[in-house]
Amino acid sequence: MQFLNGITLLLIFQLIGEFGARLLDIPVPGPVVGMLLLFLTLIARRSVAPSLETASGALLGHLSLLFVPAGVGMMIHFERIAGEWLPIAVALLGSTVITMLASALIMAGTSRLFAPGDRQDD
Amino acid sequence: MTDDGIATIWVYLSTTPLLGLTITLVAYGIAYRAYLWSGSNPLLHPVVSAVTLLILFLVGTDTPYEAYFAGGQFVHFLLGPATVALAIPLYQQLPKIRRLWLPVLITLVSGVTIGALSSVALARLFGATLQTQMSLAPKSVTAPVAMGISEQIGGLPSLTAVMVVATGILGAVLGTRLFTLLRIRDDSIKGIAMGITAHGIGTARAFQVSPEMGAFSGLAMALSTFTTALILPWLLQWLGWLG
Repeated sequence: MQFLNGITLLLIFQLIGEFGARLLDIPVPGPVVGMLLLFLTLIARRSVAPSLETASGALLGHLSLLFVPAGVGMMIHFERIAGEWLPIAVALLGSTVITMLASALIMAGTSRLFAPGDRQDD
Repeated sequence: MTDDGIATIWVYLSTTPLLGLTITLVAYGIAYRAYLWSGSNPLLHPVVSAVTLLILFLVGTDTPYEAYFAGGQFVHFLLGPATVALAIPLYQQLPKIRRLWLPVLITLVSGVTIGALSSVALARLFGATLQTQMSLAPKSVTAPVAMGISEQIGGLPSLTAVMVVATGILGAVLGTRLFTLLRIRDDSIKGIAMGITAHGIGTARAFQVSPEMGAFSGLAMALSTFTTALILPWLLQWLGWLG
């Protein structure tokens, strides 16, 4: 019952998010709006219900699985990917490394600058 | 049973969602066990091997993607509630987020811009078509959002989904190595970089490292989704890269 209650709550928040995003015409997907609403709700309530903890643990524990069907979609783009493999490979690899390095360095620099007491060196 | 009988049953099964759903779970189960058995070798990332197994099976049995997705969509659908569920680890890291909000904000806006522009610039430089460039631009945000942005800027949403998954895997595989290289040990910094670059797949990897890195990755993923949706179409238009 815990899991069922938890997943029901998550779906209700997703539904509200979906509804709100369309009503206010914001270019952000419903689930992301739902997540922010749930986050604000948790802050207001100051606690997480055990049912929510159970459901989120189950979903987030195998988050990778949820990306598999979209990944299989690669099979309908074989020709384009084969024809443009070089720019695609360079863009994916290059941009992933650049973004990862830049974000880590900017975050490290700015947290030293704006939150100096927070560094936990080990 | 005759070959004909089996063929009839196959024709029936290949049109029901049961087949697509079951093979997705079986392929992931095999892929996940292989990953654990290999001692978490990044080359055997469960998404890579599961996708490979499924494509081999579908191509081998001449099953179209649409027929597979009739069942695969049930797994795909759970991305929605899983995104909502990220609010929980996020809430559990609230005190730390409060202290770091300014660095997070600065990193987010610059990271999102660098990520989108570097992918489009590299693809242009190496001669990708405009449609491919636009399909690559939102590759660092979670699949459903990236597909929406892709459509808006003139990319192919289904190609974007593949680029999103590939980026996530690359980020998950390379991330921890790059952090070691840079000598970054703070889990909040690692998590933010992972979430900005590699969305949900990177976040799944981050949760394996520590709950703190996972929560920050989830935070960065959620916020970068907003940031990208809001600034990317405008940024590409301003640069005149929309074509």
